Amino acid sequence: MQENANRAPETVEVLLDSTLESVDSAEELAVGMAERAGVDEDDLMKIGMAVRESMVNAVVHGNRYSAHKKVRFSVAANGERFTVQIADAGEGFDFASIPDPLAPENLLRTSGRGIFLIRSFMDDFQMRHLESGGTEVTLVKNLVSK
Amino acid sequence: MSVKLTTRQVGDVTVVDVAGRITLGEGSSALRDAVRDMVSKNQKKILLNLGDVSYIDSSGIGELVSGFTTVTNGGGNLKLLNLNKRVKDLLQITKLYTVFEVHEDEAAAIRSFA
Repeated sequence: MQENANRAPETVEVLLDSTLESVDSAEELAVGMAERAGVDEDDLMKIGMAVRESMVNAVVHGNRYSAHKKVRFSVAANGERFTVQIADAGEGFDFASIPDPLAPENLLRTSGRGIFLIRSFMDDFQMRHLESGGTEVTLVKNLVSK
Repeated sequence: MSVKLTTRQVGDVTVVDVAGRITLGEGSSALRDAVRDMVSKNQKKILLNLGDVSYIDSSGIGELVSGFTTVTNGGGNLKLLNLNKRVKDLLQITKLYTVFEVHEDEAAAIRSFA
């Protein structure tokens, strides 16, 4: 990652339907912006996958595919940081209830690895409960030279 | 492109050539259906060739685990062949790389079922 500070800031915010097609669209949008922000190929894959996992959580677990609920998806690249925010309109969940997928008793579980992968792939990951009841996640990848 | 599964028989080993994306939806359900179909036909030696898998998400990883446990619980063996760097990295950070038996050479993988 080089010369990111010279690139023009870019921000996009969209409301997406609660569908798997939206998951693909969000990943494509984020990866395209990250590419324009000068992110290298390895980090493009990580950002794409973290966005995909977060969108799946919002669409499937948060909004439960409801046609009446939208996902708010925003991406901002400012030269120093690439930030993605994803908010669902679901009922929220207890963050402490997320099991450790690396624990021996969980290794053969068929689900529960999404948030672990997001944390592994991004430099920062935060979750918060929205007053409206949904969940908002913030994913950050630092763009400054390592 | 989603996922494409092609099954071939090498001796008593069923080799499944998997190409494309194993992600939530069509990709992961196709893999699940294929494994269930093989188990229902009493095929106990299954080799998943993932050499042409371009992308796998946590749902796809879950389907690999599900396939592994389904086949193992039925008294069979499910092994993996030709992991690209991306898939190998994912299995390593999720600590699943040592759960699966992974091969890089098809002939050696076939012999390992004997």
